[in-house]
Amino acid sequence: MRTRTPIRDHDAESSLFAGRVIFAIVVIIGFFTVILGNLYHLQVDEYNDLQTRSNDNRIKLVPIAPNRGLIYDRNGTLLAENLPVYSLEVIPEEVTNLNQQVTDIAQLLDIEPEAIEDFERNVKTQRRFNHVTVLDEMNEQQIARFAAKQHKFPGFSIEARLVRHYPFNDLLTHVVGYVAKINRRDVQRLDEQGRLPNYAASRTIGKLGIEKYYEEQLHGEVGYRSVEVNNRGRVVRTLNTEPPKPGSDIVLELDIELQRKATEILGENRGSIILMDAKTGGILAMASTPSYNPNWFVSGISVDRYRSLLNSRHSPLLNRATQGGYPPASTIKPQLGLLGLQSGEITPTTRIWDPGWFEIKGVDRRYRDWLAWGHGWVNVSKAITESCDTFYYDLALKLGVDKISDFMHQFGFGEKTGIDIAEEIPAIMPNSGWKRARYGEPWYAGETLSVGIGQSYWTATPMQLVAATGVMANYGEFVVPRLLKGYGTLSELDAVEPEYKPPVAVDKPSYWQVVHDAMVSVTSDVHGTAHSAFRKAPYSSAGKTGTAQVVNLGEDEEYVAEEVAEKYRDNAMYVGYAPAESPEVVIAVAIENVVGGGGSIAAPAARRLLDTWHKRYHPEQYEEVENAND
Amino acid sequence: MLTTEERQRHPLLKKLHLDGPLLLGLLTLCIASLFIVYSASGQNMDMVIRQAIRIGAALATLFVVAQLPPRFYERISPLIYGLGVLLLIAVLLIGEVGKGAQRWLDLGPVTIQPSEIMKLAMPLMIAWFINQRALPPRFLRILAALTLVLLPTLLIAKQPDLGTSLLVASAGLFVIFFAGLSWRLIVFAVMLVLAFLPVLWIYLMHDYQRQRVLTFLNPELDPLGSGYHIIQSKIAIGSGGIDGKGWLQGTQSQLEFLPERHTDFIFSVISEEFGLIGVTLLLALYTFIIIRGLIIALRTQDMFGKLLAASLTLTFFVYVFVNIGMVSGLLPVVGVPLPLISYGGTSMVTLMAGFGIIMSAATHHRLIIRDGYQ
Repeated sequence: MRTRTPIRDHDAESSLFAGRVIFAIVVIIGFFTVILGNLYHLQVDEYNDLQTRSNDNRIKLVPIAPNRGLIYDRNGTLLAENLPVYSLEVIPEEVTNLNQQVTDIAQLLDIEPEAIEDFERNVKTQRRFNHVTVLDEMNEQQIARFAAKQHKFPGFSIEARLVRHYPFNDLLTHVVGYVAKINRRDVQRLDEQGRLPNYAASRTIGKLGIEKYYEEQLHGEVGYRSVEVNNRGRVVRTLNTEPPKPGSDIVLELDIELQRKATEILGENRGSIILMDAKTGGILAMASTPSYNPNWFVSGISVDRYRSLLNSRHSPLLNRATQGGYPPASTIKPQLGLLGLQSGEITPTTRIWDPGWFEIKGVDRRYRDWLAWGHGWVNVSKAITESCDTFYYDLALKLGVDKISDFMHQFGFGEKTGIDIAEEIPAIMPNSGWKRARYGEPWYAGETLSVGIGQSYWTATPMQLVAATGVMANYGEFVVPRLLKGYGTLSELDAVEPEYKPPVAVDKPSYWQVVHDAMVSVTSDVHGTAHSAFRKAPYSSAGKTGTAQVVNLGEDEEYVAEEVAEKYRDNAMYVGYAPAESPEVVIAVAIENVVGGGGSIAAPAARRLLDTWHKRYHPEQYEEVENAND
Repeated sequence: MLTTEERQRHPLLKKLHLDGPLLLGLLTLCIASLFIVYSASGQNMDMVIRQAIRIGAALATLFVVAQLPPRFYERISPLIYGLGVLLLIAVLLIGEVGKGAQRWLDLGPVTIQPSEIMKLAMPLMIAWFINQRALPPRFLRILAALTLVLLPTLLIAKQPDLGTSLLVASAGLFVIFFAGLSWRLIVFAVMLVLAFLPVLWIYLMHDYQRQRVLTFLNPELDPLGSGYHIIQSKIAIGSGGIDGKGWLQGTQSQLEFLPERHTDFIFSVISEEFGLIGVTLLLALYTFIIIRGLIIALRTQDMFGKLLAASLTLTFFVYVFVNIGMVSGLLPVVGVPLPLISYGGTSMVTLMAGFGIIMSAATHHRLIIRDGYQ
C-alpha cells in the first residue's frame, strides 16, 4: 500500500469507472434482450413445431394385432381357428444377471441349446427394454414348471398370443391353405400396396389357398395403444387405446363330410375329386392327394421337412384340383359333339363305320380306337355313350384344331376358371398358332385326331373339367366355381352372389338335349362306359368317362397296365352331374397312373361320392324307401 | 454515497453488513431453486434437502465474508492468488480425474477444486494489482495484469475445464475494463482474439471441444450423438410455450429426454414448465441482482472495492448469459451451471462468497474513510 502514488484524482477515476459501469449495463441489457428474443423465437414462433417434437418423443404408438377371422364350412364346422399359445419372454433391462438366469431357466424347462443360442443372438440385436422371446410355444408342463418358480426370475414373463390352427390337418390344405410368418417379400408387397401399416403387429399372413385369397377380409384392422414412454423407451402410462378391428369370419361352400369322403375315396392314389353345386358354382368338396399338414407352416417349417415335401416324387405341394394339368381324354367328347352339331359337320343322325381304326387319306398310319374290333355304325350319341374314338377322329379332322380350340375356350379350357384361390393354372388348349409360337413347327393333322379324343398337347385341370361339365348341365350357362359362401357366420351370413362367364350359345336347344341324353346313357345304357359304376344308383346321373394315355404307344404296341412302370400308367378321368333331369351337383374326378380307366376306376369313385352327397342332401328319399319296406 | 435515510431504514441489516435488496434477490433465487430442483430431479426429496443444506452453507459463507472489510481482502489478495496458482499446478500434477478432466485435489478429508478458488482470487488479485497506480492503467501495467490473468486461465483450460477458465479469465478482464482500459486497446484486443481463433481451433482445442463447437453450429448433424443434448433442450424450451406445461408437468424433463436436467440444463426445465412468462420473470430477477451489484459498485468509495464489486457482478452475468445461451442454442455447450439455481455445491458457495465480498464493499466504507485514504 505504501507504493501507491499519492497524487490520484479520485473524482476522475470514479467518473471513468461510472462510465464503464453504464456501458456495462447497456451491454448487459442488450445481451439479455438477445436471449429473451431467442427464447421468444423458440417458445412462440417455433412452439407448434417443438411441441410436436416433444410429443413425438414421449408418445409412442404400440400396435395391437387384430384377431384373424375364422373359417367355417357350409354347416358351421370350424375349419381354421385361433388358439392361444404361450411364450416365455424377457425384458433384458430388468434382469441383472441375464446369462445365469437363462441358463437356470434352460435347465428348468429342458430348452434345447440351439434355442438358447437363438435367444442370445436376438438379445444382441434388440433394444434392451424390448421383449425378447426365450421359448416360444411352451407346453403345459413347461408353463406349470415356470409358474411355480416365477418369483425367482424377475423380468421374465409368460405371454399369450393367438396362433392359427387347422383342426383338420392335411384334409383341407389345398382349399383353406395356411398362414405363415411374414417374410421380406410380403413386407415389400404390402408396402407397395400401402397396406404395411395394417400389419404393424401381425406376425403371420395368408400364404396359400383361402387364407391367401381372402387375406384382406380375414386379417382385420390393426389397433393402437398410445403410451407415454421415457427416454429409455419404458412405458410410463397408457394414454389412449384404439382397439383393433377383428377380421371378418368367412363361410365356405365346402361340406367337410363330403371333403372327407372325397379324400377317403382317393386314398393312397394321386389325384383330385371336385364336387360343385351346379346352380351356384359353390365347391362342396375339392380334394387333392397327397396332401400335407398346414400346421407345420404356421410357426415355421423345418428346412428338412420342407425339402422332403418339395422333393417328393408325389408332389404333395401341388394342388391337383387347380394346378394339375391332365389330358382331359374322352371327358370332352360331349362338348366336341356339340361343336359338331353346331358347326353343321354332323347331324344327330350322321353315322360313320368304325372298323376299330381310322386313317387319314394319304398317311400310312392307323389311328386305333380303344375297342380293337370297332363300334360298327356310330352316330354322335353312340360315340358319347360308348366313347367311340374313331367317330371323333373323323369329326376332329373335319373341324380342324383351330375351330375346336376356339369353341373349347368358350367352355373355359385354356383359361383360369377364376375360382377364389390363387393357385391356379390355365393349362393348355392348343391350336396351330400356339404350336408355332411354342415349338416353331406347323400343326399336323395327326395331332388334330389326338385333340379329338382330348389328348395331344391339350391339358385341363379338374377345376376346368368341373366348370366345363357345369356348362353342359346348365345347357350353356357358365357358372364360375367358387369356394366362398359369404362373410360372417352362418346365423348372420352376408352371402356372395354367384358369378357367371359368358354363356355358350348354340343355334338349336335340341343340340344340348342330344348330348345330354347321350351323357345320361353313359351311366344308364348297358353299353355306357359308366353303366356298371352307376348300376342301381338311387338317382339319375349324366357323365362321361376318360382314360388318358400318359405315354404314346406305337401303332402296333399293346398297352398292358400291369407291365408298365407306375408313372407311365393311364390316368382315369370322369365328369358328370346329378340328378340328370335337374342337375344339382357337378363332379370331376382325375386319378393318376392307375391300372384301369375312367370306367373302372374314376366312375366308381364319382359314384361313391355322389352316393354320399345324395344321402346327405336328399335324406327324404331314403326315409321313403325305409317306409316302403315297412 | 448511501443516503442517510437508507442507512436508517435498515439499521439491523447495516449492522450485519448485509445489503437488503441484493439479499432479497438472492434468497428469492435460492427458494425458487429448491422448487425447480425438486421437479428437475424427478421429484427427489433427498436432492432438495441436499440443495437446501448447500444453500444454507453458501449463505453462511456470504455472511462471514461480508463481515470482513475490503481492506482485509486487499491485503490477502496476492496471497490467495499465489496459493490458487500453486494448487492449480498441483491439480495438473496429482489431481483426481473425473469426467475426463483433472479438477479435484484430494487433501485427505476434503476434496477441493482450486479453479473455484481462482474465481475469487483472480478479480481480487487484478483489482489489487491495477489499484497500485493511478487509473487508467498504463500499457505496461496492463500487459502485466494480462499475464496475471493468462497464467491461471491456461492452467484451468489445461485440465481441461473450458467453462471455468472462461469465467476466471472474464473476472480478471472485467477488472481491467472497469479500471479504464482504453477503447483503442479493447478494439485491438478483440481483433487479436479473432485472429487467434484459427490457432485456437487447430492447435489448442481438444477434439471434444471442437466437436462441441461443430455440434453447436448444427446440432441436427448428429441428432442422437453430440447434438442430442442441444436438440432435446430446444424442444424442452420451445414446447413450454408462453405459459409452460406446469410445475412437475414438463414431459421432456420428467421423462428424462433432457440430459443433465438438474445441473447445466436446469434452465430448460424452467422454460418447459413455466414458459416464456417464467423465464422472463427469472431474467428480470437476474437483472435486478446484477443492476443492484453495479449500483453498489458505483456507491462504493474505495476503488479496490468498486473494481471488485463490478467485476464479480459482471462475472455473475457471464454465468447467466453463457448458461442460458448454451441451453437455448445461442452458444456452444460449455459446462457452466445456471447460477444459484442449478443443483451442485461448489459453485454455489463460491458465488455466495463473491456476493459476500460485494456486500462487504457496500457496507464497510466508513472504516475505509477512517483509514484516511480519501
